[in-house]
Amino acid sequence: MSSSKKEFISEAEELLGEAERYLIELQEASGAEVDPDTVNALFRSIHTLKGISGLFGLEGLKDLSHALEEILDSLRLGEMEITDETLGFLLKNIDILKGLLKEADEGKSSDVSAYLEDIKEFRKGTAGRGGDKQLGGLIDEAILGVLSSYEEQRLKANLRRNRGIFTVSAVFSLEDFDKKLSALTEKIKREGELISTLPTSEDVPQDSIGFKILFASDKDADALKADLGMNTVRLAGKETGRRDSQAAAPSLKSISTTVRVDIEKLDRILNTIGDIALTKGALKRIEQELAETYGHSDLVFDIHRATQSLEKRLLELQQQVLEVRMVPIGQIFSRLAQIVRRYSREIGKPVELKVFGEETELDKFIAEEIVDPLMHIVRNAIDHGIESPEERKAEGKPEKGTVTVRAFQRGNSVVVEIEDDGRGVDTEKIKRKAVEKGMISEGTDLDDTELIGLIFRAGFSTKEKVTEVSGRGVGMDVVKERISSIGGYVDVKTERGAYTRFSLTIPITLAVIKSLLVKVGAHTYAMPLSSIVETLAVDGDALQSIEGKSVYNLRGELLPVMPVADFFEAGSDGGVEGGYIVVSGYGERRVGLVVDELIGGQEIVVKSLGAYFDGLKGFAGVAEIGRHNVILVIDVEGLTDEILLRHKGLLHV
Amino acid sequence: MKNILVVEDSESTRSMMKAVIEDLGEDYLVFEAGTGFEALKLLPAEAFSLIITDINMPDINGIELISFVKSTPQYRGIPVIIVSTEGSEEDRRRGLALGAEAYITKPFKPEDLQEKIRVVLSP
Repeated sequence: MSSSKKEFISEAEELLGEAERYLIELQEASGAEVDPDTVNALFRSIHTLKGISGLFGLEGLKDLSHALEEILDSLRLGEMEITDETLGFLLKNIDILKGLLKEADEGKSSDVSAYLEDIKEFRKGTAGRGGDKQLGGLIDEAILGVLSSYEEQRLKANLRRNRGIFTVSAVFSLEDFDKKLSALTEKIKREGELISTLPTSEDVPQDSIGFKILFASDKDADALKADLGMNTVRLAGKETGRRDSQAAAPSLKSISTTVRVDIEKLDRILNTIGDIALTKGALKRIEQELAETYGHSDLVFDIHRATQSLEKRLLELQQQVLEVRMVPIGQIFSRLAQIVRRYSREIGKPVELKVFGEETELDKFIAEEIVDPLMHIVRNAIDHGIESPEERKAEGKPEKGTVTVRAFQRGNSVVVEIEDDGRGVDTEKIKRKAVEKGMISEGTDLDDTELIGLIFRAGFSTKEKVTEVSGRGVGMDVVKERISSIGGYVDVKTERGAYTRFSLTIPITLAVIKSLLVKVGAHTYAMPLSSIVETLAVDGDALQSIEGKSVYNLRGELLPVMPVADFFEAGSDGGVEGGYIVVSGYGERRVGLVVDELIGGQEIVVKSLGAYFDGLKGFAGVAEIGRHNVILVIDVEGLTDEILLRHKGLLHV
Repeated sequence: MKNILVVEDSESTRSMMKAVIEDLGEDYLVFEAGTGFEALKLLPAEAFSLIITDINMPDINGIELISFVKSTPQYRGIPVIIVSTEGSEEDRRRGLALGAEAYITKPFKPEDLQEKIRVVLSP
């Protein structure tokens, strides 16, 4: 069976299942008022079934669903009453359709004329009603013209029931209008019946879209305004109470429920919260001192309770501000789609972009920070990853390459994966190139993961190889730097001839990470607690030196260590006097960073160093501790790499 | 390269139409929208040469979509082909009255759709 036929069968099955559910819903609601949405949805499933059966040449299915569609059309237009008898008859026919579908799946088809005859008989038995109220003059022609015939029938049905017809206008941002609009229409449905949702661009700012919603309700405009919190305009129908002045107004005032806020303003709020947190810290100290001096008196307990409550509220406030900053990652993905289309055309490689998890949310600032790295990786995938159509054909792959971008949440991080189904990374080639460039020496023994890691080292990308596509003179090293500057890391998995997958693991919010403050020489630095495994106090004797490299015996395993000072001060001898070892990383990536002093834990907001400091190694960003006190945040991941490379005997670049 | 937006809630019909359009040649790039909302999101993101839309859909229907396209200055010039079915002649008429350029009735032959597209897009 062809794949499109299979697709048809599964869709048809789904539609029949849906129709059955709606019918049962209607049966259960028997006696109560019928929900027009359910009847309409039921009509639509059978209508769609008719359409696709026709497309796939299944005449029996098409004819029978067409006959049923006519009954359902009469039901939704109110020309025929919904009775238990009708619902039972329809359910019986759904079963018949299921049987026909099964036959179609097996390649058979049978005569449906007997069923069609039954339906004809059934229709004869139920008399039509009809008799429409004329709408001319009651409703503006301009509005009638944009209604579908079903919507027009619903309008008439509501007028017959003496309900008022209203419109309400709203403007939403293009990014999330579907959610906002659904919330509004849900509200409207509680007031009456939603008839039509008309999108409009009139008097609507850029990046936004307006909607004029037509609905019917028993309430008057004042009551609706109170319930919906929005002005409604009466168009026709029942008039109760005093005349509504809003209704007389010719223009429909748009009401937006969204406010655009400059991200900097939110940053300022976060900073203020940080200041309050410091004040809270001071209060806690006072509380402690009071307890020590005067014992645990009632007053001390009161202060304790007050600071506890302050702490809790502060945390909530912080959380709320962070939520405001969240945006769906789909915003950036749509930009990727354009890049892929343009580049794949430019270099003559047909590439399809598949995107998953657009709804995953992350901080606006972080989202913007990862745009460039993402673009770069995607361009790289098209340029180097995906083979030419000829090559792909020879490999037995589909000529069109696929780049899959996936986003999902994992704990406090968002993972973005960019995978191409191309040739994979040639580690031999990387090694040759790295030796050529003097990054490693000929005999260096590196496994595949380490070799792939080299593409993230500065100076690996060569100018001559920079093409229009993956180029702009930016290398993978910049990608890695950017990602670690926002507290994330990059991972690569690849299989020769099959795929290359970059995984960016990035924090959902940049704000407030727990960190350890340490002292190196005269300076205070912060290290993100998430990259720290443990800390140990050591004296110089506990450290051994092997081939000029310091190691520490950590419970029987040799831990490569390096003083943080060495990294920042060129020409240091690598000797260690003692102090504290901050252990980071797991398994083979476990290393120790030696610092002079541990100060203590502190919650910090990491900010990017900014473009001026691009290329400054070893720092992930800056953090403000209180007002006017800025400290550097150590890039623990970066330092770990550095230590591992030095210990492996790689040259320092 | 011509971008074509296909708005249709049935997945199998949509991919069938996509295949039919792609058969026309490399020059056509099909964007799929499964709902009217998706179409509203895609419209500002891409430059479309043609919109092909179904009438009966969840959220906003084809008539409402056509009314939006034809009343918005930057989209007004995009031709619209209505895909209607037997029984929806009245809605087809309304869509054409709102400014849609052409229609095709389901079920249709692939050649018929291709011919319609060629006619609508011919300068």
